[in-house]
Amino acid sequence: MYVAVKGGERAIDNAHAWLAEERRGDPDVAALDIAQIREQLALAVNRVMAEGSLYDPDLAALAIKQARGDLIEAIFLIRAYRTTLPRLGLSHPIDTGAMAIDRRISATFKDVPGGQVLGPTFDYTHRLLDFALAAEGLEPPAVAEAPVAPDAVPHVAEFLDREGLIQAEVASDATPPDLTREPLNLPAGRALRLQALTRGDEGFVLGMAYSTQRGYGRNHPFVGELRIGAVAVELDIPELGFAVEIGEVTVTECETVNQFVGSKTEPPQFTRGYGLVFGQTERKAISMALVDRALRWEELGEDNVGAPAQDQEFVLYHADNIQATGFLEHIKLPHYVDFQSELELIRKLRREAAVARPEAAE
Amino acid sequence: MAQPDPTNDQRKAWMSLLAKAPAADLARLWAGYDAAPAFTWLRPPEIGMVMVRGRAGAIGAAFNLGEMSVTRCSLKLASGEVGHAYVQGRDTAKAQNAAVIDALMQTEAAPRLRTAVLMPLQAGLAAAADARAGKAAATKVEFFTMVRGENA
Repeated sequence: MYVAVKGGERAIDNAHAWLAEERRGDPDVAALDIAQIREQLALAVNRVMAEGSLYDPDLAALAIKQARGDLIEAIFLIRAYRTTLPRLGLSHPIDTGAMAIDRRISATFKDVPGGQVLGPTFDYTHRLLDFALAAEGLEPPAVAEAPVAPDAVPHVAEFLDREGLIQAEVASDATPPDLTREPLNLPAGRALRLQALTRGDEGFVLGMAYSTQRGYGRNHPFVGELRIGAVAVELDIPELGFAVEIGEVTVTECETVNQFVGSKTEPPQFTRGYGLVFGQTERKAISMALVDRALRWEELGEDNVGAPAQDQEFVLYHADNIQATGFLEHIKLPHYVDFQSELELIRKLRREAAVARPEAAE
Repeated sequence: MAQPDPTNDQRKAWMSLLAKAPAADLARLWAGYDAAPAFTWLRPPEIGMVMVRGRAGAIGAAFNLGEMSVTRCSLKLASGEVGHAYVQGRDTAKAQNAAVIDALMQTEAAPRLRTAVLMPLQAGLAAAADARAGKAAATKVEFFTMVRGENA
């Protein structure tokens, strides 16, 4: 247990002033502004929005600057800020089928209606450092535009659904539980699990997902579809009695098609895992889908093989990097009283042992 | 309370457009329209959040995805019309512009305002969306499965 301490104000003020100076770095180097971070470090901004649970690119960019690029610290700042804002309402569930597609690929169907659209991806780059980016004043290459096909881009799972080959999703507009308003109680239903995963730490969710691929609760995922793009957010306006689109968010959605289940009464069917994350965040969205699928073992009538990714208490209680960092880092705060008692205890034990030892030798 | 006239669908469309339009474009076009109607605040601009929801499996049960910042305000013109704005972000000037235009769109100024502000905003959004869709379309690929050696 840590205890309150007094004093040290001047040292703390000086430490914070030095922090500000270090944050600025060499004054001969131009200072970053928020718009530069928002526009040029967009994937860091996306991660901070997703795990900070607040879609606001300017605020996320500010947090990244303030945190000197420490993304978990930036997420902490966003989480703290969002507690100061009133909640004005709950949106209608977003319609990802109506997404303005930047990227959309399927690993299950080569000739998928709507096409395979690569978008601005790192895939197929050679991962060689591009020293041209270190040179100043270079403009990016011209980007090609092609005529836009007017066809709809249906979800890939729809094709399997139409034939009854994949487990059905039951639509519901019931107000989902909200772990930012009530404590997380177990067992958690799927809605709560999805909320915890989408704001969970990317590294943790990735590690859990990877563990299922390596055999700890294997569930044989195919990326049925990965899509990234902008969707409108619709809100009921209480003063008017109808809904209005109040803005747009860019999201990444991953639907996995997984190994089938069947029973005496049900023919074999594929199952689903689902990932949906703010921003262009595809590593996180794929990871989320794999972990979502692993956590569904009970409702799908599978065995619990004791894999960490099947254990919802383990996954949900350790996915939040702000809870984790808070508890982890608190051990660096003063624990003087606690430690004093430990120190006295060990001295006493050693005294007793020293007295006992000559007797034991006889 | 739903307003009988103009129809809700029209009002929904212009409020959505005002919310999604870039703040700078809205400010420029509104300044160009050159009107400063007197109004009183019913609710001065307030910054808050809206919880954005998704659906499990894209089509299933709703879940909470995360919040987005939103600014809202309501005002009443001297002529009596009430304007509302709910716009993404924390830009109170944008929310005010949107609410004033929402109110004016219920007056006889509507046709002129539609031509001077709403139509250019709509065209700007459509052009930006088309350009993005065009870039995406240029990255559309055809994958060919190759015959593997052991199967040849």
